[in-house]
Amino acid sequence: MSIKRYNVRMAGIGGQGVVTASHIISNGVVISGGHSSLVPFFGSEKRNAPVESYVRISNEVIYEIGEIIFPNILLIFHPSVITLGKSYTMPFYTGLKQDGIIMINSKVPIPFSKDEEREMADKGAKIFYLPATEMANDIAKTELATNMAMCGALAAVLGLPDLMSLAASVKDRFVGKGIVVSGGTQALDSAIEKKFAKKQKLLEANMKTLEASYQYMIDKGWAHKDAKVIKIDLETITV
Amino acid sequence: MSNLDFVAEGKPADWVPLGDLQKVVDPMEMFFELPRKTEFITGSEAARESIRRMNVDIAISYPITPQSETMQQAGYLYDEGYIKDYYRGEEEIGVMSAMAGASRAGIRCLTATAGPGLMRGMEAIASWPGARTPIVLMDMCRVINTPLAIQPDNIEMSFMLNTGMLLLHAENQQDFYDYPLVAAIVSEEVDVTLPCAVSVDGFFVTHARGQVSMTSKDYKLPPRDGWRSAVPAMDNENPPARLARDAPIQKSNFISYHMHSSWQQEVFAAVERSAKYFEKYLDGCIEVINPDAEEFLVTSGAAVSQSREAVRQEGEKGRKVGLIKIKTIRPFPTRQLIEILKNVKRILVPEFNQAGWMHKELCSILYGKCNAEIINGPRVYGGMTMPTEMILEWLAKHRK
Repeated sequence: MSIKRYNVRMAGIGGQGVVTASHIISNGVVISGGHSSLVPFFGSEKRNAPVESYVRISNEVIYEIGEIIFPNILLIFHPSVITLGKSYTMPFYTGLKQDGIIMINSKVPIPFSKDEEREMADKGAKIFYLPATEMANDIAKTELATNMAMCGALAAVLGLPDLMSLAASVKDRFVGKGIVVSGGTQALDSAIEKKFAKKQKLLEANMKTLEASYQYMIDKGWAHKDAKVIKIDLETITV
Repeated sequence: MSNLDFVAEGKPADWVPLGDLQKVVDPMEMFFELPRKTEFITGSEAARESIRRMNVDIAISYPITPQSETMQQAGYLYDEGYIKDYYRGEEEIGVMSAMAGASRAGIRCLTATAGPGLMRGMEAIASWPGARTPIVLMDMCRVINTPLAIQPDNIEMSFMLNTGMLLLHAENQQDFYDYPLVAAIVSEEVDVTLPCAVSVDGFFVTHARGQVSMTSKDYKLPPRDGWRSAVPAMDNENPPARLARDAPIQKSNFISYHMHSSWQQEVFAAVERSAKYFEKYLDGCIEVINPDAEEFLVTSGAAVSQSREAVRQEGEKGRKVGLIKIKTIRPFPTRQLIEILKNVKRILVPEFNQAGWMHKELCSILYGKCNAEIINGPRVYGGMTMPTEMILEWLAKHRK
């Protein structure tokens, strides 16, 4: 068995669900039979403040803990992480390993400086732009589903977790025993639950967003060869 | 508290605390024999599950990040009836003093704090060992110096090294479930009767998920027997209760100096006597990987996790690097360390603090006992983690 190790650094701004996304990806990997760990990093918990979360994914036991200094993959949840420097890591690609992947939630390419372009080119970085917020607004009718689009896209790029495990992880997050969350996250949870009359509707909207971004990455030719679209049936998933 | 107190707090008249339904099992059975189930949970949740099985009589704390999540969970345990009494203190000196009082009454006491909170409570904490008060202190390490930060840096552990406290250093979520249970039992052994701190590097462990294998929550440790103790418990039924342990210990004349010094000798002798129990309950005070290697990483806590990955990656390149995980900082496993390290070539000491307290500990016990070069690092501090790449770099640099 070949050793697979992915170190993912997610960066975004408070309220976007960066930490939630890392929990969902990580738990999805564990559900699919792999190994994963994560650690979030943020200052005072408030809207629009910088947030980073780090996810380790492997098909072997993971020993390392703490933040990821040298990631293979970067997920940028909001353009202002780059354009306004809303980040703990400046410039945002610091530490990216050779031939790493940068996935940015933006409809249009970011205007980088010459130095930034050269440094990313030296690292052989591949940059993928994904209109995650637009997808969330179009499909789930709320930008709060941006993190779902990012999760779907990451799963497609890595080829894991498979879509079914990812869906099970999302279901676990919203209707299962879930995880211990902070006061701020609890408030967002109840805000989004109010928006959707029933949790079922919220789940369905999330699943559709996941599927759409997964498909988007496949259509663009950016997905891993293992990435397969399957029909998610919420009823058959037990958590 | 009696059931009536709980009823007064809003529980139904027929309410039974869930802790009362748990079955008491022998510690060895709990630690090694009962079947276990693995769950993917955060360090704070692992701590909660540990407390649930600890048969805690009273838990008192004051919130401080990154400890707050654990003690918030302990509040739920109180509500469910797994902890008999629970309250939030005013601040840490008050909390740690209340712990001292509660332990003198002969019951099992638990508290938790982090970084600056530990420093604030230190006056009372330093007085615990001499008072021979078994207490479990969970310590979620956090930066203590300015600039302020809430990230893990374990310099605070160095302040406990010479207090007479027992001190364990948990590596991961699994340890943070197992060690507090062991701490409770060892601290109450008659020939120990000392408080025990279980430190863990905060956030990276407390706020992150890991695999934790646990026994069923239907079982709990035996309760503390207050009379089975190096010094008698305070008798609250027959006033006046004696607050000071022994009147002649108060500094007043020449005799008291001798008494005070012999009292301290006895405290530190008790620390050493605890080693045999930790050996038994922790399955060794140290863990060794590649014992026949010529170069070793020797460390504790989260730095062990990073070192494991470094050892694995070196192994993939065909190089054998040894690793010693030190579980008990007090008692320090001096004899075992000398035995393994006496003939090695090089020792690196990865640490998550600026001062390098573990490096100093190792230098002091290995001086004159081994010819190895003891490298002063690698270290990270201020709350960042140590990337595996940094350990690999240091190994390569010193091989040249």
